[in-house]
Amino acid sequence: MKFLKTIQISALAVALSTAAPVLAAEHPVTGEALSDNQTFTYRVLDEFPTLDPQLVEETVGGDIVRDLFEGLMNQDAKGNLVPGVAESFTASDDNKVFTFKLRTDARWSNGDPVVAGDFVYGWQRAADPATASPYAWFMELTTVVNAAKIIAGEMPPESMGIKALDDHTLEVTLEDSLPYFPLMTTHYTLYPANKKVIDELGAEWTKPGNMVSNGAYILTEHVPSEKSVRERNEMYWDNENTIIEKVTALVINDENAALTRYLADEVDFTEVPAGQFPRLKKEYPDEATSVPRLCSYYYTFNLSDSGPEAFKDVRVRQALSYAIDRNVIVDQVLQGGQYPSFNFTHQKTAGFEIPDIEYAQWSQADRDAKAKELLAEAGFGPDNPLKFQMMYNTSESHKSIATVMAQMWKQKLGVEATQTNMEWKTFLDVRGKQGFELARGAWCGDYNEASTFLDLVTSGSGYNDGKFNNPKVDDLMAESRTMANPQPNYTMVEQIMAEEMPIIPIYHYTIAFMLDPAIKGWPYDNVEKMWYSRDMYRVAE
Amino acid sequence: MTAFIFRRLLTAIPVLLVLIIVSFVLMFAAPGGPFTSERPLPPEVMRSIEAKYGLDQPYWKQVFDYVVGVVTRFDFGPSFIYKDRTVNEIIASGFPVTLTYGSISFVVAVLVGVSLGVVAAIKQNTWIDYFAVGVSIGAQVLPNFVMAPILVLVFTLWLGWLPGGGWNGGAWQNIILPVVALSTSFMASIARITRSSMLEVLNTNFIRTAKAKGLSQRRIIFKHALKPSMLPVISYLGPAFVGMVTGSVVIDLYFSTGGIGQHFVNSALNRDYSTIMGITILLGALTILMNLLADILYAWIDPKIRY
Repeated sequence: MKFLKTIQISALAVALSTAAPVLAAEHPVTGEALSDNQTFTYRVLDEFPTLDPQLVEETVGGDIVRDLFEGLMNQDAKGNLVPGVAESFTASDDNKVFTFKLRTDARWSNGDPVVAGDFVYGWQRAADPATASPYAWFMELTTVVNAAKIIAGEMPPESMGIKALDDHTLEVTLEDSLPYFPLMTTHYTLYPANKKVIDELGAEWTKPGNMVSNGAYILTEHVPSEKSVRERNEMYWDNENTIIEKVTALVINDENAALTRYLADEVDFTEVPAGQFPRLKKEYPDEATSVPRLCSYYYTFNLSDSGPEAFKDVRVRQALSYAIDRNVIVDQVLQGGQYPSFNFTHQKTAGFEIPDIEYAQWSQADRDAKAKELLAEAGFGPDNPLKFQMMYNTSESHKSIATVMAQMWKQKLGVEATQTNMEWKTFLDVRGKQGFELARGAWCGDYNEASTFLDLVTSGSGYNDGKFNNPKVDDLMAESRTMANPQPNYTMVEQIMAEEMPIIPIYHYTIAFMLDPAIKGWPYDNVEKMWYSRDMYRVAE
Repeated sequence: MTAFIFRRLLTAIPVLLVLIIVSFVLMFAAPGGPFTSERPLPPEVMRSIEAKYGLDQPYWKQVFDYVVGVVTRFDFGPSFIYKDRTVNEIIASGFPVTLTYGSISFVVAVLVGVSLGVVAAIKQNTWIDYFAVGVSIGAQVLPNFVMAPILVLVFTLWLGWLPGGGWNGGAWQNIILPVVALSTSFMASIARITRSSMLEVLNTNFIRTAKAKGLSQRRIIFKHALKPSMLPVISYLGPAFVGMVTGSVVIDLYFSTGGIGQHFVNSALNRDYSTIMGITILLGALTILMNLLADILYAWIDPKIRY
């Protein structure tokens, strides 16, 4: 890093000394001519509920917070770990004690130095039930000593396994051995917090003018449900290498309106509405892109007592999964380059290899034949058709997918699946109380490691709405936490799922978007979609 | 008249109370709550949140405390979803936006609609009449969710004259498209009502008398015919104004104005209880007020009506 910075500075020096009389700015590393207009404007779907790092729970706020604040470590364009507030760290041999060395030039936007105590306060705050953070579970996930007990209200926040050895040395002690722990510090829940400001202003501290942050940008304007603006933080330790001056997030609820405004040059970035990617890719090959996104789309069977008797028969579950032609859904309905899936964990998850799953290798005709056979064996046929209800949350694309699935089942197996859709909160409530037979689900990884997906099918998971319960899976996942290479366990869990079929995997997500070709530095290869405006720049056109 | 207004305002109190209670019942009956999420919250965190927002109190107490807060302090409480904002702040930021373009739309709809209707009636069965009727039917069948994208396509993408959305502090460029999209269908209704009402009035005896007296066409229309022909229009205007302010959801969502309609829909979807209540009460009070105004106007225009 230091080396890279030296190069950047010397490149800058060369650029300055050899500059022509007309001083067109150049990128210090690539030498590209920079535009005079260093702004980046992007579309967001909705208003963010909060910009308090410890309270953020969704991506719109998360993306902004990542610009406004900085954690111990950051990710680069490929998702690799790079230094943030911490210059370096050391791990104990058992990967349970991590010591972070904080840079001395890190500053809050009010000029105060960022010290180890700010992290201690931030992390304790995230776990403290009094803060009421919807992301408190992330602290539990890190297995920092006593985090779970603090969240449960059994221990005081001060008992957490995080210590400021001095202003610039932070020691974190974990209950489990987690070699990937430093990667988790790139998540906003683990950002530092300025106690002085929060104590003084209470909930108001996140408003523009009040907010004190330590990232490359500061919040300068916020018009609820219209826009938020952030501009460069002069106090940021790496401010001299930041190029984009001003970043604006515009709330545009309607995705087609957003696309029109992109085409009218009002925004530099917007997501592509479902089904329009092929056309846009053809018309704007340099602007339309589809990249993997760490989310998995599936349908879950209700295997609890309230679920239908038929679904307790594994043959029925297999038959229903086999009969779905995923290619039709991906290539003809969604058309955004999604990956048809036969397993749960997203195939682009770091370190994860898709295991050999038998039915994935068959042709669709073979799968259909096998499905018919299994369903007949289970006692269902033309005289006694299988009937059930499938439920999804209201959305045009979920509706199309459900319709196609029901049609495939009807044609191939004579199954009668009726569809119901519910608005999001109702849907979550009904699904969480097992008030369904077959329900849509989607899961996005919270960090780039397979356990973020596979933990969901353990019996203790709060999100296991289908109530799949397999002691072998529970054991394998528990064991994987402390393994140097957990991949064999993940493979076994995926294979058990392919056999037991508690869910019907449909596809692995991609995100299709339009980006102004003048904007460079977008992290296309970062599957967690962790982008930092300070890594971007606008070239002259 | 004063007694009438006083009486009407007095009856508004129980109406609003019933509105509050019914809304509370419906809100709590809807599945899911503001803190329902894909990952259930740890029990201790949930308890802490419920205590913070008073959700751990019995329902009657929540309603009672809420009403007391609104009546005594004009305090609609904190938003359940937006952590650093109160409902008062949300209304203060969204309502002026909606009121601005809603009022402008209202004025435009009335001016254009009435003129179109009057001209069509006077020139009945001429090309002007056919044109006016054609325009108003065309505007009527184009709902605003169709109008809005067409306007943006033409004026933003093709011509590049106007921004495709945003409010920008109420800059005139940002106001034009929302106003056009919102006012057209109201304008069409007003034009049709005015035209038929005007035709009816023009065939009455007192207008025939006026003509027989040799009064000029201009005088007959403006002095004698316009006022009575406005009666059905006025009874339409009260609800129309409220409709423009409350029914602006589509405009808010499409043009990202940050108006109150957008907050209303989002609060319902997010189960942001306090915001739902705050906006419901605001719009309820506005409806009552506008209907009262329409009634007063009615009495002023029509001497036959006495309260």
